[in-house]
Amino acid sequence: MKVRIWNRNVLVNWGVPIAAVFLALVVGAFFLGLAGANPLVAYRSMFYEALGTRYGLTETVVKAVPLLLVGLGICIAFRTGMINIGAEGQMIIGAITGTAFALSFPGLPAPLLILFSFLAGFAGGALYGFIPGILKAHLNVNEILTTVMLNSVALQLQFLLLRGLMMDPQERAYGTGYPQSASIVEAARLGRLIPRARIHSGVFIAILLAVIVFVLLWKTTIGYRMRAVGKNYDAAVYGGIRVKRYLVLSMVLAGGLAGLAGTIEVVGVHYRLLDGVSAGYGFSGIVAALFGQLHPLGTIPSAFFFGALLFGAERLQRSVGVPSAMVHVIQGLVVVFVVSSDYLTKRFLQKRVDVGFKRIRQEGVAAPEELPPQGKSNE
Amino acid sequence: MRSIKKNVRSVQSIELRNVTKRFPGVLANDSVSLSFESARVHTLLGENGAGKSTLMHVMYGMYAPDEGQILVNGAPVNFRSPKDAAEYGIGMVHQHFMLVPSLSVLENIVLNYPSPRWPFLDLAAARERVLAMSNEYGFGIDPDAKVWQLSVGEQQRVEILRILFRDASYIILDEPTAVLTPLEVKEFMGVLRRLVADGHGIVFITHKLNEALEISDKITVLRSGKVVGETAPCDTDKNQLAGLMVGREVVPTWQKRGAAGEKVILSVRNLSARNNKGLKALKDVNFDLKEGEVLAVAGVSGNGQKELAEAIAGLRRVDGGEILLGGTNLAGLDVKHRIDSGLAFIPEERMTMGVVKEFSLIENVILKSHGTPEFASGIFLRAKKIRESAVQAIKDFDVRTPSPDVVAATLSGGNIQKVILARELSSRPKLLIAAQPTRGVDIGASEYIHKRIVQIRNEGVPVLLISEDLDEIISLADRVLVLYEGQVQGIVPPNTPVEEIGLMMTGGSTHYVVDGCEDSETPPTPK
Repeated sequence: MKVRIWNRNVLVNWGVPIAAVFLALVVGAFFLGLAGANPLVAYRSMFYEALGTRYGLTETVVKAVPLLLVGLGICIAFRTGMINIGAEGQMIIGAITGTAFALSFPGLPAPLLILFSFLAGFAGGALYGFIPGILKAHLNVNEILTTVMLNSVALQLQFLLLRGLMMDPQERAYGTGYPQSASIVEAARLGRLIPRARIHSGVFIAILLAVIVFVLLWKTTIGYRMRAVGKNYDAAVYGGIRVKRYLVLSMVLAGGLAGLAGTIEVVGVHYRLLDGVSAGYGFSGIVAALFGQLHPLGTIPSAFFFGALLFGAERLQRSVGVPSAMVHVIQGLVVVFVVSSDYLTKRFLQKRVDVGFKRIRQEGVAAPEELPPQGKSNE
Repeated sequence: MRSIKKNVRSVQSIELRNVTKRFPGVLANDSVSLSFESARVHTLLGENGAGKSTLMHVMYGMYAPDEGQILVNGAPVNFRSPKDAAEYGIGMVHQHFMLVPSLSVLENIVLNYPSPRWPFLDLAAARERVLAMSNEYGFGIDPDAKVWQLSVGEQQRVEILRILFRDASYIILDEPTAVLTPLEVKEFMGVLRRLVADGHGIVFITHKLNEALEISDKITVLRSGKVVGETAPCDTDKNQLAGLMVGREVVPTWQKRGAAGEKVILSVRNLSARNNKGLKALKDVNFDLKEGEVLAVAGVSGNGQKELAEAIAGLRRVDGGEILLGGTNLAGLDVKHRIDSGLAFIPEERMTMGVVKEFSLIENVILKSHGTPEFASGIFLRAKKIRESAVQAIKDFDVRTPSPDVVAATLSGGNIQKVILARELSSRPKLLIAAQPTRGVDIGASEYIHKRIVQIRNEGVPVLLISEDLDEIISLADRVLVLYEGQVQGIVPPNTPVEEIGLMMTGGSTHYVVDGCEDSETPPTPK
C-alpha cells in the first residue's frame, strides 16, 4: 500500500535529498577552504579515491556493510518511535559475543560456526537493545539517554575484556599486551570476494537483510503495528495494539542488527576483536538510515554513499592534507540539509494532494450526496 | 482611576474591503467585503472551515490579508499584529482561552498591559477598575480568584474583562457559546446585550442558528471563504440560514424506526475511575444499555464523559465496578479483547487517537482488523484483500478523497470522521460508543454521521452517544443520561424540557419547574 505512494513520488523523495547533499557539499567547500584546501581538488580526490580505484571501490563496500546493517536497525527502531542512539554500543556487544562464540567453538564445521557466530552476535546486540526497550516501555525511561549511556558501558566493557579475559594469550605470553583478542579460526571467517581486497560476502547478507526488513515493515502485521506505534502511540493503543511489546521488539531487532554488524566486522574484516571495531559505524549508520528516508531499500544506496564519503575522507588527509575530521563536518551538514529538506518534500506532496482535492471539489460538489428516497417522505 | 487608562481611539465603524487570505492549498477568504458598526451584534455564521475565524484573525491583526484593505472610521489601516488592532480598540476572545491558570484574574488581566508604575505592577489601581467594570456589566468576578478555580463561563468573562480593560470598543467572540451550558448561554446573551447597550460593537462567530437568530442585529453567512448572504434575524428563518450555510437544502435523511428493545446488552455497574490528574472522575456510575437504543450522555465538558467512554473502551483503568457486555465483564480485559468482543468506539480525539495521520486511508481502515484471518495469513498482510475491502468501505461511507492512498492528515475533519465510521461500523459491532461524533464537523458530514448512527441503532445495535450538543442529543437519543461531577444525575426521556436537562447538567434538582422567563428569551418566530 505504502509502497505505491513511495514509488509514485520517487522523483521527489530522491531528488530533494540529493539536492540537499549537493548543497551540503557546497557549504562544506567553504569549510574545506577554511582548512586551507582547494575544495574542488579535495572533493575530486575524495570521490576519485573512493569510487575511481579498485581499492577505493572495494573499501567503500567494506564500509557500507556495517552502515547498512546498523541503518536497517535504525529504520525499525525509528519507525517504531524509538530514537535508538545506542547502535554503537549494541554493535560492540555483538562483536564481543560473536567473537566469543567463534573463539569458544573453533571445532565446528564452517557453515555452522559462521551461522552460530552470527546468531550469537545478533543475540548480544538484541539483549543490549532489550534493556533500553523494556525500560522505555514499562517505566517510560527516555531511550535516548539510556542508549547513549549504554554506549559508554559497552565501550568500557570491551576495553576491559580486551585487556583481561579476552586478550590474545600470545600477547600475554610475549608481554606485548596489545589489546586484541586471539585470531578466529579460518572456518569462522567470511569468504573474500576478490583477491588482495577486503571486500567480503557480508555485503550479500546485508542486502538480503535489507529486503527482509522491508518485507517485515510493510508486508507483515508486525511491521504494520510497529509503524502504527511509531506514528501515533495513542491511536495504536486505541486500535488494540499491544504497544509495549512492539516498542521492546523494535529495540531487540535494532540491537540485533547492530550486533550482527559487529560480528560481521570481526568475521569479515578483522578476524579478531580489537579496540575501535565499531569505528563510529553505530552513529554514521543513523545518518545513513535518515538519508535513506528510514526506508530499508533506500538505506542500501545511502549506506554505499556514506561508505564512499567515509573512505574518501580518510584519504583526504593523505592526499590533500586536510584533517579527516572534516568528514564529520560534511556528514553533519548532510544531516542538517537532508532533515530540513524533508519539510520541502512534505510540502510538495501536500500540494499534489491539494490539487487532487480541488478536482474533487470541482467535479464532486456538483453531484450532491445521494439521498435515499425515503429521505423526504420522513418529514 | 483614569490614570491607568491608555489612549485608545474610539471606533465607529470597521470595513473590510475585498479581503483575500490564502494558505497553502486553501483559499480561506475570497474577496470578502463586510462592514461592522458599533452598538450592534453582528453575527458571522458559517460551517467549520467557512473562513469565519480566519477573517476575524485578519481583522484583529493576527494575519495580514493577501489582498484587500481594512478601513477603520473610513481610513485605511495596516495592522501588523494584534497589538496594532488593540490600539484601535479591537479585541478578540479566542475559542481556546488564553489565560494562565495559576495566576489570579487580576494578574491575567494586567498581563502585558503597561503599568503606570513600571517596572512595578500597580495592582491596587487595576483591582479597583476591574471591580468597577465587573459590577457595571454584572460579571460577578472576584479579581483575586485564581483562574483555574473558575468555571468555563467565568473564564470567558475574564477574557472579556481583559479586553474591556484595554478600552476596546469592538469585541470579536470566536464560537463563545460552544463551551457553555444552556443556562450559561442565557447569562452570556445578557452580557452581550449589556455590552451593546453600552455602545460596544460585537462580532459573534457561531454555527448555531438559534443563537444567531436570538441575539443578532445583522447576520452574515460565509461559505467556502465567501459571503453568501447578509440579512437580519427578522427577515429570515432557520431553514433559509441552514441552506445558505451548506449551499443546498438540508433534509434529515434518517428516521428512527421502532422502539428500543428490552434486552440489556451493556450493563455498567458501580463504575469508578480517575481522570488524568488522579482525581475521581466517575463515581459509582450505573446504567443499562438496551438493544436498539441510543443512550445519550449529556453534561458540561469535564464532568466525566470522556473518562466514561475511555473506561468502557479500555483506555483508562477503572478503580472499581463492572462493565458487562453480553454477560462478559470487560473491566479486566485489555483493549484488544474488548474490540474482539464487539466494541466499536469513535473517540473524541479524532486526529490524535482516531487515526494515524501519516497512514494512508487504507492503512487507517484496517487499524483494528489487520490481524484478522480476513486480512492476514500468518504474519503476512494480504495486501490485495485489504485494498479491496478498504476501498469498498471508503466508498460505502462516502469519504471524499482523491485516492485511498493519501494520508489521513490531508482530509477534512468530517471526512476523517467518515473514515473512522467506516472502520468502526464495518466490523459489525455489538456496541458503539460515539464520543462527540460531530464536533467540529460540517453540516453535511454531520447529517451523514447521524444517519449512520441511527441506521445501526435501527439494526438493533445499542449506541452510547456522548455529546455536548444538546440538539444532537435530543434528536438522536432514546434516553438521556445526565452526568454531573462523575455521577449520574438522572436518566430522562429526550422530550424533557431543555431547561431541565440544563439544570441537571449543573447539578440542580431533577424536579426543576420551567419558570416564566421562557417567553422573553425565545427567538423571533420565523414567518
